[in-house]
Amino acid sequence: MLVITRIFVLFMALFMVGAGMAASAEKKLKVIASFSILGDITNNVGGDRVEVITLVGPNGDAHVFEPTPADAKAVASADLVIVNGLGMEGWMERLIKTSGYKGPVVVAAQGIKPLEGTEEEKEGHKPGAKHEHKIDPHAWQNLANGQIYADNIGKGLSVVDPAGASIYKATTEAYKAKLAELDKWVKTEFSSIPKPQRRVLTSHDAFGYLAAAYGVTILSPMGLSTESEPSAGGVATLIKQIRKEKITAVFIENVSDPRLVEQISKESGVKLGGELYSDALSKPEGPAPTYIDMFKNNVTKMVAAMRKSL
Amino acid sequence: MTLMTYLFDLFLAPFQDFIFMRHALIACMALALGCGPVGVLLVLKRMSLVGDALSHAVLPGVAIGFLVSGLSLYAMTLGGIAAGLAVALVAGTVARFTLLKEDASFAAMYLMSLAMGVLIVSLRGSNIDLIHVLFGTILAVDDADLILVATISSVTLFTLALIYRALIVECFDPGYLRSVGGRGAAMHFIFLVLVVLNLVAGFRALGTLMAVGLMMLPAASSRFWATQAWSMALAAVGIAMLSGYVGLLLSYHANLPSGPSIILTAGFCYIFSVIFGAHGSIYSRRRLGLHLGG
Repeated sequence: MLVITRIFVLFMALFMVGAGMAASAEKKLKVIASFSILGDITNNVGGDRVEVITLVGPNGDAHVFEPTPADAKAVASADLVIVNGLGMEGWMERLIKTSGYKGPVVVAAQGIKPLEGTEEEKEGHKPGAKHEHKIDPHAWQNLANGQIYADNIGKGLSVVDPAGASIYKATTEAYKAKLAELDKWVKTEFSSIPKPQRRVLTSHDAFGYLAAAYGVTILSPMGLSTESEPSAGGVATLIKQIRKEKITAVFIENVSDPRLVEQISKESGVKLGGELYSDALSKPEGPAPTYIDMFKNNVTKMVAAMRKSL
Repeated sequence: MTLMTYLFDLFLAPFQDFIFMRHALIACMALALGCGPVGVLLVLKRMSLVGDALSHAVLPGVAIGFLVSGLSLYAMTLGGIAAGLAVALVAGTVARFTLLKEDASFAAMYLMSLAMGVLIVSLRGSNIDLIHVLFGTILAVDDADLILVATISSVTLFTLALIYRALIVECFDPGYLRSVGGRGAAMHFIFLVLVVLNLVAGFRALGTLMAVGLMMLPAASSRFWATQAWSMALAAVGIAMLSGYVGLLLSYHANLPSGPSIILTAGFCYIFSVIFGAHGSIYSRRRLGLHLGG
């Protein structure tokens, strides 16, 4: 009998410890970010007060993600959900609805002036892809927009966690300052290259905002999304265009099939410039584990390839 | 512009100007050479849907290859061949030694295999464009792919030449083959190996879904143009090559995705054959009927 009582007491004690730990963990705000870049920005703004769960992880493609029940469970128990918006995550709306999540949803790209595809598309040169006037969702490829993202996320966090509002404000400003500094660096890097040399090709059209913000011309064989399949006519137009317009470098991306771009590079005689990170960060040990690192990686590689052709 | 240069631009220039078009065309030709005869034998053996089943069965092997070493040609190809062969052998064995017929045992095996493939793909968590790999793109066929496809069609043609007689007998009169001491089961398994090899070759170029198209559509069409196994195979190869060529031209001039263009061209050939073919088509039967009536 005594033994049983002892065991019971022991269990009760363990249970209390467990409950205590859960309570201390609960203090952290549980935030769901739809993909890795948003997750990183949220981590920077939220700091220690938030626990960020990223649905589409490193190297994942947020265009064609299929959520699992575990994802729905995570969303249901979240305090805040952060999405990119601009039609990036078509699967998110359904996931939020089915999970029964009732809390606020922050649209990180709110207030950003959306681009409609790329300039090439408007001029009608755009090969292959479907020609609907689709909004380009990859707004984070302009660091000025990245600062708007940080603002929106900071405000969203303050709404669900008013106690930390002043802290979020400070971290948001600090992070925005870092992004502004990086933005300056990117501009000086690109301005060291004469404009005609600032022409590169990537495997899917993820860099429209970067192109517009920093005066780079970017071509791609696929449409805005990674889902469309290229046509022979499209690829041919692209190769002709590379030859005629003197594209300086061809890049592959971490979320696309590299074979097609490699083929185009070989055919047109333009060198491969390496791997760019467009829609997802790399794993922590890779070259682009954070939003800032990703931008540095991409710009360094683009500029290096453009310099070579000078 | 004269007519000649117009025709040249329409039919030849795309292949003269672009390496990727030549690669794609050669890949189609090589695939046609292997898939044509194999498809015809599938039709004759009344196993047309087995090709479809096997093409799905390749998925878990490709997925494992992809998980182990990324987008490596050899890992995915070997994985695909291994998975396809496993399904073909187990399903074939079940059909030979139990009361279940071939179609049912193949359906059972390929469904299991397909589910396993989807499971493995999902376990990875990140879904980095495996879909692109599964759909394949003939425009991105590189030297290694070409060598693989050409090797597989050469092996297919040599093997078929060696066991042709036994295979044909096995098709039409398996009882006779057994009575004269022929190894029917062995022939059948060798043939299934060839089917898997050709589907894996097609998967590199056209993706698993489209690969069966280039195997079955020309084979089914050839039934309307020839009456003997060898001439049917020849017709199937011709139709498959034509489909590849015309499909690529369509994809080039009309800006259509290349894989579906090729298969739909083959589909058009099939519909044409069903209506106007020389033997047993709607038109020839009608003409025959009128002739007899008059």
